[in-house]
Order: sequence, then C-alpha cells, then structure tokens
Amino acid sequence: MIRFVPRERTPVWLTVAVSVGAGLVALLLTAIPLALSGAPVFTAFALMARGAAGDGFALAETLTRATPLIFTGLAAAVAFRAKLWNIGAEGQLYAGALATVVLGAGLVEAPSYVLVPLVLLGAAAAGAALLLVPVLFKTRFGADEVVVTLLMNFIVLLFVQMMLEGPVKDEMALGWPQSAPVLDEATLPKLVAGLRLHWGLVLAVVAAVLLHVFISRTVWGFRIRAVGENARAARYAGLPVGKAMALVGILSGGLAGLAGASEVAGLKGYLTADLSPGFGYAGIVVATLANLSPLGVVPSAIFIAGVFVGADSMSRAIGVSNYLADLVVAFSLLSVLVGGLLTRFRIVFVRREPA
Amino acid sequence: MLEALDIFTQANFWAATLRIATPLIFGVLGALLCERAGVLNLGIEGIFVAGAMSGWLAVYLGLPLWGGVAVAAFTGALFGLIHGVLTVPLGLSQHVTGIGVTLLATSVAYFGYRVAFPNVATPPRIEPFAPLDLPLLGDLPFIGPILGQQTAFTVFAFLCVGVVAVVLARTPLGLALRAVGDNPEAVEAQGLSVVALRIGAVMAGSALMALGGAFLTLSAFNAFYFGMINGRGWVCIALTVFASWRPGKALLGALLFGALDAYQLRIQTIAGGVVPSQIFLMLPYIVSIAALVLVARRADYPRALMKPYFKGQR
Repeated sequence: MIRFVPRERTPVWLTVAVSVGAGLVALLLTAIPLALSGAPVFTAFALMARGAAGDGFALAETLTRATPLIFTGLAAAVAFRAKLWNIGAEGQLYAGALATVVLGAGLVEAPSYVLVPLVLLGAAAAGAALLLVPVLFKTRFGADEVVVTLLMNFIVLLFVQMMLEGPVKDEMALGWPQSAPVLDEATLPKLVAGLRLHWGLVLAVVAAVLLHVFISRTVWGFRIRAVGENARAARYAGLPVGKAMALVGILSGGLAGLAGASEVAGLKGYLTADLSPGFGYAGIVVATLANLSPLGVVPSAIFIAGVFVGADSMSRAIGVSNYLADLVVAFSLLSVLVGGLLTRFRIVFVRREPA
Repeated sequence: MLEALDIFTQANFWAATLRIATPLIFGVLGALLCERAGVLNLGIEGIFVAGAMSGWLAVYLGLPLWGGVAVAAFTGALFGLIHGVLTVPLGLSQHVTGIGVTLLATSVAYFGYRVAFPNVATPPRIEPFAPLDLPLLGDLPFIGPILGQQTAFTVFAFLCVGVVAVVLARTPLGLALRAVGDNPEAVEAQGLSVVALRIGAVMAGSALMALGGAFLTLSAFNAFYFGMINGRGWVCIALTVFASWRPGKALLGALLFGALDAYQLRIQTIAGGVVPSQIFLMLPYIVSIAALVLVARRADYPRALMKPYFKGQR
C-alpha cells in the first residue's frame, strides 16, 4: 500500500531535480510517437540538440526565442502563485505589441532614452489593463477568469487584425497586412552585432530577479502568496484580497505586455497578426516547469525555447514535422505536474492499510 | 435595416444555425457531464481537435462514416482517461492539467496529420455525411428545406441530449454522478467508488467532446484543417455555466449561440463595407463572456467542482 504524506518543507534540490527529470521524461515520451512515425529517433534528437545549442549561433537563436517566453513565463508564474488562472497571456502579449507600434512607430518623436521607456511602459499598461477586465469580472461578478481570459485571446487577435487593416497599417507594405515599422529611437538595441539577440533578454532576466525579490521579500509579495495559498484565510486575517488580486493582474498582464513590446521593438520591428506562435500558452508550461519560481523561469524558458529552435532546425534537416516541439512541451507540462507530487508529498510504503 | 430582419425568414439561416450548433451541443454535453461529476475539463479544446482529426483519418483510411465517429469517441475517451487519472486519484490542478491535455491532444493530432500527409498542397478529402432525405418532413414548407440540409450526425446530437438528460435525471447512475460532484463523501459512504465514477464521467464527457470535433470533419466539412477548432471548445465551457449544467438548457444555449454565429456571418455581407468584418467575428466571443458574467453570480456550480477528493480525508 502506498501512501502520500504531505511534506513540511521541500528541499530546493528536489524541486530542481523534478523539473529536470520532467524535461527528460518528456523527451522519452516524445520518442514514442517519433518512433511510431518511422523517423530515426536518435538522429532526430541529436539534430534537435545541435540545432538548439550546437554552436554560438544556435545558442543565440535559442536565447532570442527564450526572451518572450521568460516574460510570459513570469506572467503565468506570478498569476498562478495567487491562483489567478490567467490563460490570456497570448492576448496581453498582442495588446503590448499593439501599444508598441502605436507609440513607437511615429506618433511620439523623442530620443531613445525617452521613447524606449515610454514604449515599454505603454505595452505593460496595455497588457495590464487587458487582464484587469477579467480580474474585475472575477472579484465583482464571480465569473471564472479562465474562460474569460481564453476567449479574450480571440477577441484581441481579431482586434489586432482590424487595426492592421486600418489605423496602424503600413501603407508602404504590399499584400500581407503589417504595421508601420517602429522608429529607430523606439528599437531595443542588439546585444551582439550580427545576431538577432537583443536587449529584451536583459530586461527579461532583470524582470525575473525583480519579481523574485518582490514576491519573496516584500509585504505585498507576502500578501499575494497568502491569497494564493488560502484566499478565505487571507480575507479572514484582514488582508486586502481584492487589491492583492488587482496587483497580481497588473503584474501578470504587464509582464505579458512586455513580451509583445520586446518582440516588436527588439526583434521584428513591426507588428503582424502572426507575431506570436503561442508564446502566451507556452508561458504556462514555462512557469509550471519552473515550479512557479521567477528565477526558475529563466532556465525553464531557455529549455522550452531550445526545444522549439532545435525542432525547427531538425525539421529542416530530416523533414520530421516541427509539431514535435509542441509534443515535447505538452509532455513536459504533464510530467512536471505529476513530478510535482514528489515535491509536495513523501511517498511512504506501508504494509497494511491503517484502520 | 429590413435586410437585417429578413435574415430570420431564410431557411438557409436556420439550417446554418443547426449546423453551427451541433458541435457545440456535443461539447457542452461533454463539459457538463465532467463538471456534474466535479471535474473541470479544459482539455476540451484539444479533444475537439483530436476528435476532428482521428475521426476524419479513420474514414480517409477506409472505415465507414459511423466507424469514424466511433474512432473519434474512443480517442476522446483516451484523453479523458489521461485527464481523469491526473486530476482524480492524483488530485492535480484541474486548470493546469486541462491546459496540458489540450496542448497534448492538439499536438498529437497535428503531428499525426503531418506524419500521414507530409507534403500536401490541398487537404485530402473524404465523402462526408449526406444530407437527410426525409420522406414526409422534407416536403413541408420552410421546415423541409431546413431539415433537408442536416445530416444524421445532427440528429445523433439531439439524441445524445435526450440520453444524457434521462441518464442524469432518472437513473441510479445519474444520481451517483450528480452526487459525486456535489458530495463525494456521501457517495463513498454508499460504498461506491468516487474515483471510478469521476474518471468514468470524464471519459464519457471527453468522448462527447471529440464527437463535436468529428462533426466538423465528417459532416460540416470534408477535410481536416489546422486551427479549425478556433476556440469552439472554450466557448462550450462558457455555455456550460450559462446552461446551469442542464442538458436541456445546454441544447438551448448551443442553438442560441449557433443562431448568433449564423446571423453575424450573414449581417457581415450586408454591413461589410461600413463595419470591419472583425467586429462581427468578435461577437460570439463577446457574447459568451457576457453570458458568463451575467449568470456567474446566480450560477449553481456543482459544489465539489474542482475539489479533489481523497479517501478518509476532509
């Protein structure tokens, strides 16, 4: 007979081991459909590893892809800590990206030390405002935020498409609707000349450190954690639950909005309706893989980014569909959820069921 | 303005309403079955995709249409089993697990499709369900053309509403299912297994969800496309709250939503030049959110929804 005994404390090494283990289990599980499809399993994985981190160029590409994932991972981590199930990071990312081109593509003309902060602030505000709507619906009307944030993703994407065909359309671009490019003064500079890697990565890592300090060292951080662990007890203890939820909404939505700003101002230079291949949803996996720890989000985002970049490269080389990456990501999420049981419980074998 | 009202008199509009509502009927029934037993199943969006893909592929590979339907249901039940095992005995977060099941089911379907058809320019097609040929009803004015455009799959959806309603309300199994979502302790005290009942409900519900997906590839269209589900699953979760977890109201909610969607598609062509099409496309999502917010306060959620149950622990 197996029993689960709740743990009082979880050692850090165990948490890390579970995350790493889950990643490995996910790769193993993915090998099954890969083998069934008749593809050479080892070659495929070797090519994926090489494509993700084989040389400096590959590594830079992985870090570039990790940048928005760190932001959306942080957005999910802070929200899930407070048990605010924000599944709308995808929409908030697009809201931030839209704010970036609205502010950064000519409306405001200013030197870059003004324009870059303005654009970032505007993007964060747009993402935050978007998430405050479902937070309000939740606290005021008791509407489940999961469904509302999910449905809002579709509304925002349609709104962005509408804007791309109207007010923010680039008149110079032919065919595919895209926005006017952001000004040089609004662009996040490249980190290394010749690579796509940009300052968004630095911002993302700084955001992770700040969020870690905020959650673990400040009064409001404590309140957020308390609300997440037991909202009723927190309310009973006189904590401002509504305000804490609003703050979580602002932080989470704002971080997701920054993901959009970083992609537009740092990488693409303009906005299209296919800016994000699901960075918002992948952020949930990143956060869960990091056990909702802001510092853990960074390596976890790099791992997921490596899976995507590696799969793209492998797909080009041997023609196995790059949907393989989505399989790894989905298996990672489910494995880390199951593995998480090990961090919360000790598994004890007992001879006989106790009476 | 008259044109906008004129739409309601067109048999085509009502036929489209039924067609759009059918997958939602399956989806809401499935979601309601899971939630009545106490388990939120956000795997729905991915299960729709997997049902659409597996049912279609089975027919493409030579199975009869109803064989494809069975394959889709079986696929749905499999993903339901995954969701059930992770959330019921293991008690993992139903929100995050559901998202995980959606990601998994979607990527399995997409990867599978790409393995089967590595490089196709146009999606391969099947011969879908044929429109009904009704002996007497088909000759009726107005009603005839509406029903004449439907397929046996839509009739099957209506049958499922009846079956789920009767099973939930009138049978000992239904009583046990409802109880396990309201008061699992009482069910355990009766000597029934909470785990078995809940996993069973999630599997049956997921099978229904997959049928919603299969309707799209086997009846509404004749091929599988990437992104063809496009949020239909999430809409069903909202409609389930709107329907207060009752099969009859689920049918009503799906039909209302179908009418709205059919209407916005038609009004688009009338007002197309003036109002951007995206505004109309947003409407179904906005209405779903509005419906959810309106009923949320009064909603009579199953009391044990999203509360994992562990034997001998309060």
